[in-house]
Amino acid sequence: MESQNVIQVQSLTKKFGDFTAVDAISFEVKKGEIFGFLGANGAGKTTAMKMLIGISMPTSGEAIVAGFDVYKNRDNIKRNIGYMSQKFALYDDLTVKENITFFGGIYGLKKNQIKEKTTQLINDLALQEVANKLVGSLPLGWKQKIAFSVALLHNPKIVFLDEPTGGVDPITRRQFWEMIYQTANTGTTIFVTTHYMDEAEYCNRVSIMVNGKIEALDTPKKLKEKYNATNMNDVFLKLARSPSLTLPKGNGTHTEN
Amino acid sequence: MKIIGYIIQKEFKQIFRNKGMLPIIFAVPLIQLIILSNAATFEIKNIKFSYIDSDNTSFSRALVDKFDASKYFNLVARFPSTKEANSAMLNGDVDVILEIPKYFEKTLLKHKKTDLGVTIDAINGSAAGVENVYITEIVQNFNKNARVELMQPSDVINMPKNITTITSFWYNETLNYKTYMVPGILVLLVTLITLFLSGMNIVREKEIGTLEQINVTPIKKYQFIIGKLFPFWMIGLVLLTIGLIIAKLIFNIPIVGSLGLMYFYTSVYLLVILGIGLFISNFTDTQQQAMFIAWFFMVVFLLMSGLFTPVESMPTWAQYITEFNPIKYFVQVMRMVMLKGASFSDIFPQFIKTLGYAVIMNGLAVWSYKKIN
Amino acid sequence: MKRFIGFIKKEFYHIIRDKRSLFILLGMPIVQIILFGFAITNEINNVDIAILDHSKDVTTQEIINKIASSKYFSIKEYIANETEIERSFKKGKIKAVLIFEKDFSKKLTKENNASIQIITDASDPNTANTISNYINSILRNYQQQINKNIHLAYQINPNTKMIFNPELKSVFMFVPGVMTIILMLVSAMMTSISISREKEFGTMEVLLVSPLKPFQVIIGKVVPYILLSIFNATVIVLLSILVFEMPIEGSLLFLVAENILFIITSLSLGILISTVSENQQKAMMISLVTLMLPTIILSGFIFPISSMPWILQAITNIIPAKWFVIILKGIMLKGVGISYLWKETLILIGMTLFFIMLSIKKYKIRLE
Repeated sequence: MESQNVIQVQSLTKKFGDFTAVDAISFEVKKGEIFGFLGANGAGKTTAMKMLIGISMPTSGEAIVAGFDVYKNRDNIKRNIGYMSQKFALYDDLTVKENITFFGGIYGLKKNQIKEKTTQLINDLALQEVANKLVGSLPLGWKQKIAFSVALLHNPKIVFLDEPTGGVDPITRRQFWEMIYQTANTGTTIFVTTHYMDEAEYCNRVSIMVNGKIEALDTPKKLKEKYNATNMNDVFLKLARSPSLTLPKGNGTHTEN
Repeated sequence: MKIIGYIIQKEFKQIFRNKGMLPIIFAVPLIQLIILSNAATFEIKNIKFSYIDSDNTSFSRALVDKFDASKYFNLVARFPSTKEANSAMLNGDVDVILEIPKYFEKTLLKHKKTDLGVTIDAINGSAAGVENVYITEIVQNFNKNARVELMQPSDVINMPKNITTITSFWYNETLNYKTYMVPGILVLLVTLITLFLSGMNIVREKEIGTLEQINVTPIKKYQFIIGKLFPFWMIGLVLLTIGLIIAKLIFNIPIVGSLGLMYFYTSVYLLVILGIGLFISNFTDTQQQAMFIAWFFMVVFLLMSGLFTPVESMPTWAQYITEFNPIKYFVQVMRMVMLKGASFSDIFPQFIKTLGYAVIMNGLAVWSYKKIN
Repeated sequence: MKRFIGFIKKEFYHIIRDKRSLFILLGMPIVQIILFGFAITNEINNVDIAILDHSKDVTTQEIINKIASSKYFSIKEYIANETEIERSFKKGKIKAVLIFEKDFSKKLTKENNASIQIITDASDPNTANTISNYINSILRNYQQQINKNIHLAYQINPNTKMIFNPELKSVFMFVPGVMTIILMLVSAMMTSISISREKEFGTMEVLLVSPLKPFQVIIGKVVPYILLSIFNATVIVLLSILVFEMPIEGSLLFLVAENILFIITSLSLGILISTVSENQQKAMMISLVTLMLPTIILSGFIFPISSMPWILQAITNIIPAKWFVIILKGIMLKGVGISYLWKETLILIGMTLFFIMLSIKKYKIRLE
């Protein structure tokens, strides 16, 4: 069992001064799983994720990602994960192809690999028309699909998606989730934060964070049973309606806007 | 190495794609080099000269003619009285008022001595000093000629002892200010552009959010920083090259020293500036902040570089501060190599300080660039 | 109106929250005026020179002592022959060499004439010229001293009066210039960046669809900077009086009014820059290249305008800083009022209106 866990987190904590953004969370994610990481704005999801992808130093606790320790082996973690942030993070002033070449290049892909991946990606997403257009000129939905594909260029074991579908239309969201499923089918683990509760239904398992703590973690089906709710939205509202849920003071995660 | 190549490639694409920025990076500085070098002169000429002639004799008119004939003075007005003259000076219409008193010629003949009033607008103290020298010279020459004409046998002839000075101006015989200013202004433009471009660059990615994307990749700090700085380093050298061509072709500035030495020093110097830019970038959250800080240092560096006013004239404590001013060294080296043909051993002290500065600044920049917080 | 005040408050919070920028905005002018007030001077002091004395007699020694005891020069080295001159210059250590001819003393007494050669490093022409002038005036004094028993007939004595700055202090020349530069750059650059920042982040559109009128948005953005700049101007004026003993011969009230006028001119220039730049980087680069050097070099603050080629003299007329420098010198040093400065004042007002009109026009085109 143990070897199948690609993410293993024990009492992971992050404090900013007096404010505890992430409060001793523990969970594990299995290989090939689509793991939903839910929470209200400011609940600490993004901060927790940043610790897992090695750009934020935990205050205390343990975390092993893709078999590597977040304290000691961040470079190895980075080699084995992909990341797509909620801020759209490709270069607007580069073309689609140039973005692919650049990110492929800094992940150390060989020239012919980059070429191969570029062709494949452009064909898969049917981007032939716009491959040489500046990314900045494309609609948001396209950009996000491209960003996701770029995060997969180096065949990572785990992909972290931070609110990937924010601001796009339902059809594009559906297509995006189809991409996620395809990726998961190849054995890649998906770690996704979202606040669309219908999306939570698509996940194999979801955790719900409230005020820095994980209040619930199970399959969507079991959570609905447990909280006696018809959909995930109700589950979330029941959990989140605890009186403590007011926006935390201070600038906990500096990501939600 | 290959990874660095990808970053460099990307930076160049972004720079050259930005059509709005290209002229600002390349054309505007060079136009400034051409225009400003012509403006930057301490030479005092076209002095606005006016006079009040209460004597109104051929003798007094001869004196005025001397001023009129001088290449330094432009005769702009004759005033009937001091009142009008003073008012014109308050208005800034005249720089110098010569006041020839009544009975000027008569007094000289009778008492063998006479006075002459000179008023100089001294707000620009150093210009006033120079104007005073010119005026004294003209009056003395006039006096000498007059003396020869007026001398009577009864006047005891007694030759004064005379020390003649012969002044030669080396490295710039014609006292051409452009020779002095062009290398300096070139230095400044190269510094200005590279400092601001590098200072804004990383903080810009921070603001847009792409820096975070870079930080989750396994790229090493040094790879990222070298990849980021190399394009600006190149731009600096390209600017230097175009500037030198302009200096030679348009201003005909002699390039006495070795071009290789100039490029060698500049390539080290640019590392200092890029290191400072990067350091600023790391310590700020927004481009606005980065810019204010870069701007603050730039103005201090610039005005205390010895480019416009000599470092030697500053008070001792200020001279100590200039020791930390990289632009000062660059200005010195460029002038020494370009105009005097100084060799590597001549510029060694400046070189060593610059090199040390480069090591420290880039060390700080790498250290302060955090992939994790 | 209430909405408008709320908006101005928001702008204030932006500025005050950003402690680092605020610190720079308020601290920078103070540091700069003190630093530059003291450090920027083209008077020469303790210039290193070398002596090549071919006679080594009493007279040359006397002259050397005279020069060494002046505050302008310090004798760095004695060199033995002509070949060493070049080496000395190249190291950049000395700025001038004085060469006394052979049998200096003898010639002076026998032939009444002896000569000194002054070689200056004219790669800095200004310093070279000043050095030559100062050495000549020391020699003139010395001549007068040795000739004091000889009475010259027919002497015309110029009585020179240096007005407005009798001690020829550099500071009087530079402080008004530094004031101008600081006000110009801080006001113009800050507004252009702050507005283009909103454009870059798309918040400008949010403001524009709000019930606020576009000019209210712009004024709201500018008001906090006006206040900040007035504060800066006050501090600078106080420092120039207290630290540099600049007089204010004219009316203080008039000085304040002109300062506010110039601040508004600079801000309107900043607004104009922001209308042509879509992001902060561009706004900053434009402010830098079009404002910084031209303001320093073409405003007459360091370099005399009357010595420039005529075409550049014409260009200086479009530099707002030039007119403000004239106004500042007029009020502070000459003690004149509006009756003398109306032309400069009108020009600044005209420029301000022009910048504002042009911004409005550019702005409308963009909206269409």
